[in-house]
Amino acid sequence: MMLNRKSTGQTGRLAGMVAIAAAAALALTACNGGSGSDGGSSPAAEGDQKITFIPKQLNNPYTDVVLGGGKKGATEAGFASSQVVGPLEASASSQVSFINAETQAGTNVIVIAANDPDAVCTALGEARSAGAKIVAFDSDANPDCRDVFISQVVAKEVALIQTKLISEQIGGSGEIAILSATANATNQNEWIKFMEEELASNPDYKDIKLVAKVYGDDNDTKSFQEAQGLMQAHPNLKGIISPTTVGIAATARYLSTSEYKGKVALTGLGLPNEMRPFVKDGTVKEFALWDPAQLGYVAAFAGKALTDGTMTGAEGDTFTAGELGERKVEKGGLVIVGPPTVFNAENIDKYDF
Amino acid sequence: MSSALDHKKPATTAAPGGARGAAASLLRLRELPVIIALALLVLVTYLVNPLFLTPQGVKDLLLNATIVMILAAGQTLLIITRNIDLSVGSMLGLVAFGTGSIFSAMPDLPIFAVFVIGMAFGALLGAVNGFLVTAAKVPALVITLGTLYVFRGLNNAWAGGKQYFAGDRPDAFGALSVDTVLGFPIITLVAILVVAAVAVYMAGTRPGRDLYAIGSDPDAATAFGIKVSKRVFLAFLANGALAGLAGVLYASRFNSVGATTGTGMELTVVAAAVVGGVAIFGGSGTVTGAALGALLLTTITSSLTALRVDKFWQQAIVGVLILTAIIIDRVASLRTAKKLRISEARNV
Repeated sequence: MMLNRKSTGQTGRLAGMVAIAAAAALALTACNGGSGSDGGSSPAAEGDQKITFIPKQLNNPYTDVVLGGGKKGATEAGFASSQVVGPLEASASSQVSFINAETQAGTNVIVIAANDPDAVCTALGEARSAGAKIVAFDSDANPDCRDVFISQVVAKEVALIQTKLISEQIGGSGEIAILSATANATNQNEWIKFMEEELASNPDYKDIKLVAKVYGDDNDTKSFQEAQGLMQAHPNLKGIISPTTVGIAATARYLSTSEYKGKVALTGLGLPNEMRPFVKDGTVKEFALWDPAQLGYVAAFAGKALTDGTMTGAEGDTFTAGELGERKVEKGGLVIVGPPTVFNAENIDKYDF
Repeated sequence: MSSALDHKKPATTAAPGGARGAAASLLRLRELPVIIALALLVLVTYLVNPLFLTPQGVKDLLLNATIVMILAAGQTLLIITRNIDLSVGSMLGLVAFGTGSIFSAMPDLPIFAVFVIGMAFGALLGAVNGFLVTAAKVPALVITLGTLYVFRGLNNAWAGGKQYFAGDRPDAFGALSVDTVLGFPIITLVAILVVAAVAVYMAGTRPGRDLYAIGSDPDAATAFGIKVSKRVFLAFLANGALAGLAGVLYASRFNSVGATTGTGMELTVVAAAVVGGVAIFGGSGTVTGAALGALLLTTITSSLTALRVDKFWQQAIVGVLILTAIIIDRVASLRTAKKLRISEARNV
């Protein structure tokens, strides 16, 4: 900004810009020290393999736990280097440039949580033709453009546990609503689809009516206002399911500070550390989640098995996921990590993530 | 607040005479279109969905507007001087995360002290903007676009994936945005006080009038002997302090503060000021109008939800309402200007 002094001529300004850009690039490279050699696209030799995690969004507490497990898994699986790159904002197209950069850097394994299953597809295709293996985790990419998908749990199981919890909490009848993340989030929409099917088909839930689906975009402020709006638009609302950690926390905060506390039930998928105060003050009775760290951990081992050629990602393939033991690839390249855990006032203090 | 009548004229002209009474001056009020729009909106929504105005509903409406109101008041100071600050969302984010950090490091610190620290922090960030704008003589739009990213980058580097939650902060602090006095949440009362104080300052003091003069005609203001750079710098500093206050209040109201807190807020804030009748080319508008604009914008979102308008249409509708508000305001101000020309010609 200070370059714009009147005395500085056009060339001087240009030189200044170049100098600053160069200095910045150098400084950034220095910060990035130890992230492995930047080899070409030739396949790296055994023991010199690189793995890169591309989460939906950086600086998200849930993602941090997943990535923590991923780093651990990458080290144990024997990757020479592992790194995390990604956008600061969870939008459909924001991951593409990061995938392209990894392709150019010749990364062996790209582990990605897709913000949009199709938006990342072309870029992932290019990465694959350059020799990279693609492991989707958390939120799937289009099956045509990845090798395997590491799923938290069976999508249906996640959906069913949430409908079961809400049904218990509202006494089996009444209006409910869903507060999701973005309207095009793969995992959210899959769970919501299963929830809707279950509500429609299970006779136990025949008195439960899903009256609204709203989207808080995994943004605290927006989710907060959406929760507020739900209460006004649907005065008879008995419960809310929020299958996203940001949404459930924001909704809990709203409920706990409003007259609806204790009157409107809330459940969904949340982080114990984030939900603790709301479980203790009675706003939330029970919610669910899997251990996010295992997700990253298994993804790293799957990536290793793919690059080593010990599996291809076909149905029936198996690989060993470190201390978690053997995992099997199911139909559609699906790998299941583990069953969800239900958290409540009794057990929440035992968890720290 | 109704003393803020006509800012088209520089501060030095005489106040409009009160001969034709309060009714005429009421009609000339720049805030009038916003007030009418707000009243209509609330009324229609209430008739369709009576829950809209339950005590909880009113409280939610006020809470939603509070933070944008404060930011819009600060932004108005700058827009009036032909400047703008696009970095407010990033400043708010930094201060909000700072507030979370302070409480987690020193849970026993008096809440008042946290407010002082937050506002000082905001003022410091605002001073950076003010210094760059006045020293480099580059349009504020460009400078603050830069600091928007710089401040957000600092926030990302500082916070990483760390977030502080409502549970990490003292209950009394969170209660500020829960407890009400006469139906008004405490943080809303704080906002109203701040807006009133700034409005009085802008309408009734020499430095306040100087800001209008600077925005009306910077060269004339300089020729008149107004210290333009100093005033603009202080306006940026004040805006920063207000963004700091908004940041602390954000931490009181919302659950989590982290790296992305406040992202994208600047557009809402500028829109609120513009809808509230603050001319984007400077020289006219009031802080009160901007605060009402903020209330109108946040109320639109709430009423569309209460009316069960499909989520995907809401943004488009908000956009149309912004345009309508601006057009109404433009027509009204043109009419006012014309009337003024005629009446002043007579008075000569």
